[in-house]
Amino acid sequence: MKASNSLWQEKLAGKMPEALAREVDLFETEIKLRKQGKLEERLFAETRLRRGAYGQRYDNGQRHNGNSVQQMPYPSGSLTKGPNTMWDAPGMQRIKIPAGGLNASQLETLAELAEEYSDGIAHITTRQDVQLHYVHIEDTPSIMRRLAAANITTREACGNSVRNVTACPYAGVCPDETFDVTPYARALSKFLLGHPDTQNFGRKFKHAFSGCGQNACALVNIHDMGMIAVERTENGEKKIGFKTYVGGGLGAVPYQAKLFDSFVPPEELLPLAQAISRVFAKYGEKKNRSRARLKFLIQDLGIEKFRELVLEERANLTPDARWTEYIDAALAQFAETPLRPGGKRPLIASSEFQRWLDSNTRRQKQDGYSVVTIALPLGDITANQLRALADIARRFTKETIRTTVEQNIVLRWISDGDLEELWRELLAAGLAAPGAGTIVDVVSCPGTDTCKLGISSSRGLAAELRSRLAEKSFQLDEAVQNLHIKISGCFNSCGQHHVADIGFYGVSRKMAGYAVPHFQVVLGGEWGHNAGSYGMPVMAIPSKRIPEVVARLVDWYAIRRNEGEAFKDFVKRIGKAELRSLLEDLAKPSPDPADRSIFTDWGDPREYSLEDMGAGECAGEVVSPVEFDLANAETGVFEAQVALDKGEIDRAGKLAYEAMVRAARGLVKLEYTDVPNDSDQIIDEFRTRFYDTQKFFDPFAGGKFAHYLFAAQERTQQPHTADSARYLIDEAQLFIDAAHTCHQKLSTPVNA
Amino acid sequence: MELQHVNVKLLVNDPAQVDLEPLIPVFHNWIERQIFDELLLDIADYRHVHEGPGVVLIGHQGNYSVDNVDGRLGIRYNRKAALEGSNQDRLHQAMRSALNACQRLETEPGLGGAVRFGGQEIDVFLNDRLLAPNIGETRTALEREFEAFWKKLFRGAEYSVSYPSDPRRLFGFSVKTSRPFSTADLLANLAA
Repeated sequence: MKASNSLWQEKLAGKMPEALAREVDLFETEIKLRKQGKLEERLFAETRLRRGAYGQRYDNGQRHNGNSVQQMPYPSGSLTKGPNTMWDAPGMQRIKIPAGGLNASQLETLAELAEEYSDGIAHITTRQDVQLHYVHIEDTPSIMRRLAAANITTREACGNSVRNVTACPYAGVCPDETFDVTPYARALSKFLLGHPDTQNFGRKFKHAFSGCGQNACALVNIHDMGMIAVERTENGEKKIGFKTYVGGGLGAVPYQAKLFDSFVPPEELLPLAQAISRVFAKYGEKKNRSRARLKFLIQDLGIEKFRELVLEERANLTPDARWTEYIDAALAQFAETPLRPGGKRPLIASSEFQRWLDSNTRRQKQDGYSVVTIALPLGDITANQLRALADIARRFTKETIRTTVEQNIVLRWISDGDLEELWRELLAAGLAAPGAGTIVDVVSCPGTDTCKLGISSSRGLAAELRSRLAEKSFQLDEAVQNLHIKISGCFNSCGQHHVADIGFYGVSRKMAGYAVPHFQVVLGGEWGHNAGSYGMPVMAIPSKRIPEVVARLVDWYAIRRNEGEAFKDFVKRIGKAELRSLLEDLAKPSPDPADRSIFTDWGDPREYSLEDMGAGECAGEVVSPVEFDLANAETGVFEAQVALDKGEIDRAGKLAYEAMVRAARGLVKLEYTDVPNDSDQIIDEFRTRFYDTQKFFDPFAGGKFAHYLFAAQERTQQPHTADSARYLIDEAQLFIDAAHTCHQKLSTPVNA
Repeated sequence: MELQHVNVKLLVNDPAQVDLEPLIPVFHNWIERQIFDELLLDIADYRHVHEGPGVVLIGHQGNYSVDNVDGRLGIRYNRKAALEGSNQDRLHQAMRSALNACQRLETEPGLGGAVRFGGQEIDVFLNDRLLAPNIGETRTALEREFEAFWKKLFRGAEYSVSYPSDPRRLFGFSVKTSRPFSTADLLANLAA
């Protein structure tokens, strides 16, 4: 940790907003108390999470080196910063960027912090935040103070709190928008930060704002509370407001948000958000984390009852002047103007410049100006690039910079006459890669690189796909170029794979007796219409074969699509069965026993395994009963999806449930070979042997996936809706994934 | 002025010949064997970033990398943990760590000798803007300290120093010697 840590408080005294400065002082005290053993580790964990200081992979002090588990003897010994989280282990610092808005000085501050406390890289996330990795916990107060001096906070960037309020990065300049949502997003963010009504949540809460309904830029449908700008006429007068949605969310099982109110006037926005927070805090699940998001509360209550509770709460709120003052202040503060006069786009351009112009610029609603997207590979930007970008932003704009949910950065208010000059400057800084928002611009969460929950290497795969696709991107069919690929390292969906045309999430499977990193292929999600619909899981394929999956899918789409047919419609028309047959051979073990390629992941030469098995076992072809049952369960989920596609809703639900029971039976057979083939008995046995003993528990999700089975058992007599059948199919897939993991865990020697 | 968080980067001989991918298994192996007296933890792969940190071996006390910041490919040691002792001690520690890592990379079978110190160019940064702001006063205050260090390291051979112009950058400079040195020579000079 830094030798200068004790000096920043004095150095920046008077330069930080008072509230932020106090907040950091308090956190620094908590760090000291924890070091002295006077603050309980769970409490400290939540307190640091609420300041954006997150854990990172290997922070339990162990690392698997491909052969065995290696202990990491950190200098602070057994001191922890949370349960099973070693004090000295590097962590991640998340930095909130409300509505993605940044200025040049803030970019420079981020550059300094990336160099001094991290590894020289700032990472843009899928929720417009910035993350620094490999940060020591004792450096975080200095980081927070330097951010506070640049008017940035990390408060409530993680933990059970209101997360970064996101907004369309084109708000204010987009020709399709109804009005600029930026000031409202900023006002809401300020109002809810540290608000007493947001301090008692069972889980996180995410807000998003979009200026229109048709584009994707804010992904309103995947948020706990999402606002779309609308306009209506009352008594001949035009009024602006927000079509407001609630209860959306990705995670393991994605939920589409439900309409709460088709028109919320601006003065009602903050009180409504406050009332929703109160209802969530009051009625939301607290003990079972896997059911603690707002989407589950709304599912349990029904939207009508939820609305009733919120309106009741709203009616009882004490009026607060900030409801309108914050909005008025933000309207004045966040109004943007150009630095340079508008111009004309170049008529003649080199092919390289033209390619960039086509993919990385879009016309603003203001004549003569464009928004320029800087496509960042995997969301990463270096300290030098941040400084170069700060210079560029000052030279061409009034520092109108935004981050995007596609892990990019946009510069707004670029005069069309400056585009070529700007491009040359970006080129010099290595920031002029074309292909923003195309198939090349692959989105990925951190995955196994740094995330504790990562199962497969999402960033490794993303880098590989990006590199392969970039080589031939401009030769691809235009419809193919516009596809979106998004990758999550696990089922938690931080890479937003559900809303991609081609999505992947990490799972592990056993092949020839070894654990093999896989990705579940999820096809046909809709990125447009604010994440209009979610994709369909097709099958799991070994990680190393995913580039071939992409190649086949895009070839197929290019050849077999109907004119103007979107990928999601193509997927729906072709159907799961045929898509599966296209990919099926890739899921099989290599016929060449010497081929070890699939046993490692992208960018990681270690054998992907928690096992330390001898090479001889690799040759074994014997399939155990549990593996048969798990394979059959996968088939059952597949059949359920096919039934749902055909509109056989009840049958789909039944098949999904049966698939879960089959997977449970497989596990039970490990201990009780003659388990009767009766669902209720199987579930009873499963509960006793695998749930009560916690053998089935995921290290982070706990018993979440077992609860899916128990809940499905309780509702076997109820008829299914299309929604409930789809949720059950997704839950069945996750339950089976967890059964695979449990089986692997149980077949791993204790000392591995 | 207290010198902490010293970074040393040894510029490689022929950057075009260096493929960063084979470094990844090498660094994994270093972690497994814990080859230094510092705790080695993880690997960060930034090959996809333009003129970025390359491949970084993350450690607790310091990071080792083959980085391409400023388009200058080199073997870099970034001292993270504060050190006791004199400024000369801290300079020695950082230089020794960079040279040790470089020497190992030069002989790693998996790299085929591609990663090799060019022998003449070394970048130095002080990775703490509060202790070492990038201003003229820092340069003046540290000039003698560094002169003494280079004199010992280069055994009196001539060298030139150039400073980057952007004040927002970390305080640092590039040193170029009039004749080439091997890593073994420099390690021997340091130990003398």
